[in-house]
Amino acid sequence: MTSAPSAPLTLSDLTVGQELSRTRHELSRDTLVRYAGASGDFNPIHYNDAVATEAGLPGVIAHGMLTMGTAVSGLLDALGDPTAVRAYSSRFTNPIEVPAHGATTLEVVAVVGAIDLEAGTARIDLGAQVEGTAVLGRARATVALPPGPAAAATGDGSAA
Amino acid sequence: MTTTPDPSFAGRSYPAGPVHTVSAAKIAEFARATGAASALHTDPEAARAAGCADVVAPPTFLVSLAQATEAQYIEDPAAGIDFTRVVHGEEAFTLHRPVVAGDRLVPTLTVERVRSAGGHTMVTTRVDLADEAGAEVASVRSMLVVRGD
Repeated sequence: MTSAPSAPLTLSDLTVGQELSRTRHELSRDTLVRYAGASGDFNPIHYNDAVATEAGLPGVIAHGMLTMGTAVSGLLDALGDPTAVRAYSSRFTNPIEVPAHGATTLEVVAVVGAIDLEAGTARIDLGAQVEGTAVLGRARATVALPPGPAAAATGDGSAA
Repeated sequence: MTTTPDPSFAGRSYPAGPVHTVSAAKIAEFARATGAASALHTDPEAARAAGCADVVAPPTFLVSLAQATEAQYIEDPAAGIDFTRVVHGEEAFTLHRPVVAGDRLVPTLTVERVRSAGGHTMVTTRVDLADEAGAEVASVRSMLVVRGD
């Protein structure tokens, strides 16, 4: 985890529809147990096959909040500044079954949905899928970014 | 003997507190568990260089405090919520400023809505987090679906 931090993005770097990140995340039982410990969510449907099956699930499933937390990580890297996030919301549309061996791959794409120059924010829409099935619905992050040089119409590149 | 959520809980607010101190160790654990790789989550020097008082929590970090606060309602037998029938429907975080290690946060729980539709009941809670001076820091809205039949 030593990727060089990229220069923080500014609003003028963004256009609606622009893809900011496209990432893949492996979810295994190890990932689930680590998240359980970190978050304090020890619901056994996230680690115990018998309990999950008795609850009517196909098997152990990932915490929805693990999926939501992981899904924003690619965007945080692209922003270069995790303090930029002002809001983040999602629906949970489909559970992610996590096998006892191996891993399931969560694929996430972050796209600029809207830019509000007056508020100094952008809405970033996240698409999160496992094997082509959407697992999050209307996942959106609002990020506050500096305006960037293009906002100063003179374009002389001086910091504003 | 199935129970269904009691709609009369809608609009109810609970007393504020207890105060919760945000821990650098929990921030680091949470960041690692969710793949948040920035040094701002683990290195106090990097966080201070970025203008923060200490290491910064990832955007969904407050879910743990929110869920612990929601338990006052969810686990109250009078609320009528059968937790074996609960599915997480939606979650929304509003961050008025970054949350950092050492923050002392006072949570206040409100049951916003209890609504039945299609045999299920949707329960929406909001946990507002303020500092000890009363300034708003964040809020966490959670919608749970309690399956019927």
